[in-house]
Amino acid sequence: MDFLAGIRGPDFVMLCSDTSAVQSIVTMKQDEDKLVPIDSHKLFAISGEAGDRVNFTEFITANVRLYAFRNGVDLSTKAVANFTRNELATALRKSPYQTNLLIGGYDEHCGPSLYWCDYLATMHEQNICGSGYGSYFVLSLFDKLWRKDLTEADALNMMRKGIEEVKSRLVVAPPKYIIKIIDKNGIRVVDEV
Amino acid sequence: MSISEYNGSAIVAMAGKNCVAIGSDLRLGVQLQTNATDHKKIYKIHDRLFLGLSGLATDAETLSQRFTFKHNLYKLREERDIKPSSFGQLVSTTLYEKRFGPYFVQPVIAGLEADGTPYLCGMDSIGAMETAKDFMVAGTAPESLMGICESLWKPGLEPEDLFEIASQALLAGQDRDCLSGWGAVMYIITPDKVIARELKGRMD
Repeated sequence: MDFLAGIRGPDFVMLCSDTSAVQSIVTMKQDEDKLVPIDSHKLFAISGEAGDRVNFTEFITANVRLYAFRNGVDLSTKAVANFTRNELATALRKSPYQTNLLIGGYDEHCGPSLYWCDYLATMHEQNICGSGYGSYFVLSLFDKLWRKDLTEADALNMMRKGIEEVKSRLVVAPPKYIIKIIDKNGIRVVDEV
Repeated sequence: MSISEYNGSAIVAMAGKNCVAIGSDLRLGVQLQTNATDHKKIYKIHDRLFLGLSGLATDAETLSQRFTFKHNLYKLREERDIKPSSFGQLVSTTLYEKRFGPYFVQPVIAGLEADGTPYLCGMDSIGAMETAKDFMVAGTAPESLMGICESLWKPGLEPEDLFEIASQALLAGQDRDCLSGWGAVMYIITPDKVIARELKGRMD
C-alpha cells in the first residue's frame, strides 16, 4: 500500500513517499520515485492505480509546462493545485483517475504551500498531510510534533519518526522510502530510508 | 457508509429580526479518519447571500465554483446582485439538471432580501426546495440539529441573540455526531455588515 506524507515548514515543504511499485502480490520495483517534479519548485507525491498515477501527473505536468511556454511565467502552486483538482473533478463522473496525491511547492510571493488531494477531487491546503494506510499512524504523530517555526532538521526528524512508526506497526509496510524537500533553491533529495 | 457521509458536515441556518445566521462545522474527514479541522462549508455569494453545502466535499467545492461563476455572469448581465429567492431557484434547477447522476450535496441558503427580510431555504441533492421562516439544517446530524433548533429558536431575535442561539444549536448538534464537529464557524448577516466568528467546541 502506498505511503505519502507531507510537512510544511515556514520556508520549505518536505514530502515523503515509499518506493515500492507493486502489482497484486509481487513487488515489481523497489526504487520507484513517486515524488514527481512538476517544475523546478513544485512536486507531486502520487499514489494509487499504476497507469492512472503516471498518466495523470504527466498530463498535468505537460499542461503546466505549456502554460509557462505560452505565457512566459510559471504557474503558482495554488494555481497548479486547483487546476489538478478541476481535472480530477471533471474526470470523476466520466472516467475517474484512481490516484491520491499531495502537491507541494514553493513560490516567491507567498512561500511554501502543501495541498492534499484525494481521488474524488477533495482538495485542502494543510500543514501536515498523509495518504494511505500509513497515514493512520503518522498524522496524529505529526499533529503532536508540528510547530509553526519548524526547522528543516526538525521536519526531517519528524518524517523519520513517522517512517519508523509505519515500518514497525503497519503489517504491509513498504521497506524503503524517499524524502525530498522544496525550498527557495528548488527540489533536492534529503534522505533515502 | 453512504456517499453523503463520506466527509462529514453539519450546517445550521436561522432567521432573526432583519438578520440571518448560518454556520457550519470545520471537520474534513475521509470516512472515520479526520483529515483537517479548518474546512468551512459556507460559501459567500454576495454580501447578503451565503450558501452552505453539506455532503460530499468534492461536489460542494465543484458546485460552489459553478455558482460563483453563474453569479459573476448574472452580475454582468443584470448589473446587480442576485436576490436570495432567485438564487434558491438557480441552485434547485442546477441540481435537478443532474437528476440521474446527482451531486451529493444538501444545500442551505441564507440571505437577506432587499428590504432586510430574512430568506432561508434548504433542499435535497436533486433540488427539492423548501423555504423556512425559522431554521434550516443539513449534514450528517440533521436530527440532532433539528431537535435543538426547535427548542432554542424563537421569533424576532436580534443579531447578537441569534448568534448565541445558532451557535449553541450547532455545537450541541455536532457534538452528538462523530462525523462532524472539530470546531465551528458562524456568520451573522445583517443589512449593513457580516460578522464571521470561529467557535470553540469539543475537538473530538
